[in-house]
Amino acid sequence: MTETSSLRIEGLSVGYSVKGQMQRILDNVSIEIGRGEAYGLVGESGCGKSTTAFAALRYLPRNGQVESGRILIDGHDVYALDTAQLQDLRRRSVAMVYQDPGRALNPSIRTGRQLAEVFELLGEQRADWQRRSVEMLERVRIRDPLSVMARFPHQLSGGMQQRVCIAMALASNPSLLILDEPTTGLDATVEAEVLDLIRQLRHDLKTSILFISHNLAVVAQMCDRVGVLYAGQLVEEGSTAELFRAPRHPYTAELLRCLPDRNRSKADAPLSTIPGFLPLPGSITQGCIFAERCRLADPLCRAVIPEAKWSGDGMSRCHHEDRIGELRATGTGLPSASREPGLGEPVLELHQVSKTFGQSAHHIRAVSEVDLTLREGETLGLVGESGSGKTTLAHAILGLTRPDPESTILLDGKTLGARLADRSLDQVKAMQIVFQNPDSALNRSHTVRRMIGRTISRLLNLSPEERTRRIEDLTRAVRLTPRHLSARPRQLSGGLKQRVAIARAFAGEPRVVICDEPTSALDVSVQAAILNLLVELQSSERVSYIFISHDLGVVRYISDRIAVLYLGRLLEVGPAKAVFEGPHHPYTEALLSSVPSIEDRPAHRVRLSGEIPSATGPMTGCIFHSRCPRKIGAICETQEPPRLQLGPDHVIDCHLPQDRLGRN
Amino acid sequence: MTATAAPEQDRTTQKSAPRSLASRLVRRPSFVIGAAITLFWIGCAIFGAALVPYDPFETDVMNTLMPPSAAHWFGTDDLGRDIFSRVIVGARDILTVAPLATLLSTALGTALGLAMGYFGGVFDEVMSRLVDAILALPTVVVALLALTALGASTTTVLFVIGFTYVPIIGRTVRAAVLSERGLDYVSAAELRRENPLYTMFVEILPNVMPAILVEATVRLGYAIFTVATLSFIGFGIQPPSPDWGLSIASSYGLIGGGYWWTVLFDGLAIATLVIGVNLVADSVQGALND
Amino acid sequence: MKRLLLSVATLWLLSVLIFAGARMLPGNVGRAMLGPFADARAVEQLNHELGTDRPLLEQYATWIGGFVTGDLGESYAYRAPVAPFLWTALLNSAKLALVAFLMVVPLGLLGGTIAALYRDRAADRILSALGLAATIVPEFVSGIILILIFGVWLRWFPISATAPEGAGLLTQVYHLILPAIPLVLVLFGYIARMARAGMIEALDADYTRTAVLKGLSYPRVIWRHVLRNALLPTISVIATQTVYLIGGLVVIEILFQYQGIGSLIYTAANKKDFPMLQAGILSIGILFTATTLIADLLYALLDPRIRHGGDE
Repeated sequence: MTETSSLRIEGLSVGYSVKGQMQRILDNVSIEIGRGEAYGLVGESGCGKSTTAFAALRYLPRNGQVESGRILIDGHDVYALDTAQLQDLRRRSVAMVYQDPGRALNPSIRTGRQLAEVFELLGEQRADWQRRSVEMLERVRIRDPLSVMARFPHQLSGGMQQRVCIAMALASNPSLLILDEPTTGLDATVEAEVLDLIRQLRHDLKTSILFISHNLAVVAQMCDRVGVLYAGQLVEEGSTAELFRAPRHPYTAELLRCLPDRNRSKADAPLSTIPGFLPLPGSITQGCIFAERCRLADPLCRAVIPEAKWSGDGMSRCHHEDRIGELRATGTGLPSASREPGLGEPVLELHQVSKTFGQSAHHIRAVSEVDLTLREGETLGLVGESGSGKTTLAHAILGLTRPDPESTILLDGKTLGARLADRSLDQVKAMQIVFQNPDSALNRSHTVRRMIGRTISRLLNLSPEERTRRIEDLTRAVRLTPRHLSARPRQLSGGLKQRVAIARAFAGEPRVVICDEPTSALDVSVQAAILNLLVELQSSERVSYIFISHDLGVVRYISDRIAVLYLGRLLEVGPAKAVFEGPHHPYTEALLSSVPSIEDRPAHRVRLSGEIPSATGPMTGCIFHSRCPRKIGAICETQEPPRLQLGPDHVIDCHLPQDRLGRN
Repeated sequence: MTATAAPEQDRTTQKSAPRSLASRLVRRPSFVIGAAITLFWIGCAIFGAALVPYDPFETDVMNTLMPPSAAHWFGTDDLGRDIFSRVIVGARDILTVAPLATLLSTALGTALGLAMGYFGGVFDEVMSRLVDAILALPTVVVALLALTALGASTTTVLFVIGFTYVPIIGRTVRAAVLSERGLDYVSAAELRRENPLYTMFVEILPNVMPAILVEATVRLGYAIFTVATLSFIGFGIQPPSPDWGLSIASSYGLIGGGYWWTVLFDGLAIATLVIGVNLVADSVQGALND
Repeated sequence: MKRLLLSVATLWLLSVLIFAGARMLPGNVGRAMLGPFADARAVEQLNHELGTDRPLLEQYATWIGGFVTGDLGESYAYRAPVAPFLWTALLNSAKLALVAFLMVVPLGLLGGTIAALYRDRAADRILSALGLAATIVPEFVSGIILILIFGVWLRWFPISATAPEGAGLLTQVYHLILPAIPLVLVLFGYIARMARAGMIEALDADYTRTAVLKGLSYPRVIWRHVLRNALLPTISVIATQTVYLIGGLVVIEILFQYQGIGSLIYTAANKKDFPMLQAGILSIGILFTATTLIADLLYALLDPRIRHGGDE
């Protein structure tokens, strides 16, 4: 008997015992991955994606337990193996790569030794270890394998560490490779490189892949078939092309419509959202697991668990598969953001803003000579990879960090003091921030009422009654209910917490609100709701936003203008449409083409090689020259690039002549 | 209602409010045992003098060094005093000095740690050196030095131990404050112009309270340890108190002669009390980490 | 280098504190030594003899200047140089401390490791409970009980730590075992707890998962990937424990009549022999600071993350 599938999961149910009670995390999940096939498993946080992977490797947490079902890898029942057989399976047949490669490697052992261990386990001759290791590292396109092997993991960048992990996983030429969010946490350009590499290796090695991700676009690009996991159940499965084109389960359909992408802006239509919450594990015992949040749900859905229905290659668990089309027809009913042509007066102006950390010898220039203008009612998107100085710039504007002396920041034409203490109350309350992580931004000992109320009383001069009314107004504006006012942060979900943070930012009637990656910690359906809220508040309160994000889809959706930051310098500033359509700065071009998209990819792709250099020490010429794919020559290394004026409001710092800049 | 406008569902109903610390504690057997032992000795300290069969200070030259018997359950010491009565009443001084010293050091250490962690900079640097300097010496030695200079008495022991523990508690609180200091809610407070005292005591302090609570209960155990030790070497609680450490000090020369009961019961009293307090401390720490 | 300067600064501060404690707190040293009923002229004369009537700054300068050059001053009580007494005492204490450390370090590491490997099972609970109890019981209490059991009733060990004159190494060690056990008990809990925490952190780490999923056998995962990362931080913990050890020595040396640094300080305190007391206490501070410094350096040497800084 020959086994045709690399991985076969049959009716898998997994429970975790939490405080003495079993909670079911996975419920009757069946997945089959054929030889050489790439299967994507998508879902929001907490849906059981990683649990599936670790169950397959028989590596569940101490409180986890397979309650029923079988898992076969290469035809071997994983849970029927003895210890030696299980070790052998892990050595030869299956490998795994996961998120956060910096932790996946042992910090006190040189990478070469860790890689060689795989060959040691395969029983190869000691003499061959080094040669084989070098081969593997070359395979994952590491240019200088010997020097990488001599280093400790912390001496490598995140992208390099992940390559080493992939090399280690593929060294035994396994028939199944499990990738659990392998690029989450990496920068966009690095992510693109790693995904390219995985695609290439898959092609060369014919390994089957189980690819787990929360990112629909990444899965769309990497996989042949996709399964959608919701609250521990596989609700839909199908070929990638079919599933994304014509989803057959309401959850999939709704999820796809939550995604902001480069073709949508707030001027077109509000994003669609999914009401309600992911149900707690085991809380729904009757009917369809999605019924509570589904716009198609009827009494049948709440009473009877839908069977898996197959048609062709695809499976869906829905009673009303035929009515999915109705979901598309239903509009959200909200008016799209009102766009007035001709924007208002400048509110905030930055001239030559820099921030240097550390002393003369080891200084790091986090932000360098930034010029920017923010107009009334406008949203300025600030994009850049990690280390580009986005947050430092925001803190300098707010007065939380003191910029270098030559920097000037003007609010309504008046120079702002460098520190908060040097600013007037009006100036302080004019600018507020929504932080990235609400767990850090909200004081966990205080109630919602206290956090909002205190901000009001510090910034506005109101009578107690007016104050109470303002708390109520704000609560309503961010769509919280009065009952939430007495809650503490730990009783709220991530989305609700971020709403509290937004209410607090708006409490003092600010003119400028800086949003520092406000949705990056949230699931897409929640993200959509928060973005809609921000758009709505902007049109009612006439505030200006500086919206910091590394997610270009989000930035495209919400911004009127976009500024691209690289190593603390602005490389391009322009209207959102112009920045996305081009002509682009070469870096913008690379950034844009690195974003995975559910639709077909653009014809040409630009990939950056090399690591982001560190901002220490002086760098002559263009800051981007060390990685620029369009470098002209020595001039890029020696001379500061000129500022090209491409449109009324669109500037690019580059040596390339205008007609040679890339476009979309 | 439309999808966008519908508020996210209420989660307050889903996530039950966390159970109170007290109810989490009583579910731990080690807490119950520890608290029972501790409460027993607190009871002895408060009511012991009224309940014991003999006056713990009354000497009886006819009945010195009597082994345990029905009349004297724990025997008598070299002055004929009833050891059982002395052990029960002996809880009083140590259970006065140690908790008060802990309270003093926790209050001062918290203030010091908050200031060091919040202000940082030169102030923190200088205070850290001072803290390091004091922590380079064992508590017993610091106390010995201070008590030699000041003269030993129950009051000085209280203050000396109180001050000696300030650096340790300060260092713990500082570490906890530092990790809070980096969180964005502190920046949010700055952005509405709170003064440092408000930020320290209203914003940060509640979040470091669990760490302080654990430190204080642990420190109470060590305060008892140290008071007993100092009393044993004659620099702590002074005669004629029936204090356990003191009694052992005056009797341990006798054990070579086989008069084991003159030290054993006092020793067991100290051991049970410190273990009881430490069980409580350990449970508090565990319950807070749940 | 910076670390060294900080240590020196700490020590200097310590010397000021000790000096302040010994000379300023008692006010009048002569009065403190002779007692409240002594004749005022006798007090004055004693102060003059001892040099304690000179300005405090001058006294401090003389003391610390002497200390740095190896002149530790003269004992009030013995009217003889402090140094020889101090060296003998330190050497004796070092022997006792060494015996204790040789017992407790392997036991503590082993106990912590076993507790972590059997996390939340009976072995872990018993080890943790015993460690907790042993750590918090004062040395003189466990010492007394040990003396009662092993010295008085069973007569397995001598109840004095001091071996007869000219005794061999084994006899000396034999005398030191019983006194060392209370110190071992106090330290065991700490070291085991730290080792357990380090082990658990390493066992739960992603790199351990990587090693298991590579197909390594469990013993090899522990031996090659876990132990090294787990026990490294315990080194610096062990170093900080020397301060508790020395604190314990004071009591143990009194209890077992042993001529070490603890009993030297104790005697000096009782006799108000301030030069002896200052020298004894400062030497403890120096020892502790040096130990932690060495431990930090050792840690840096063994941990590649510190040894090989950031990139490149």
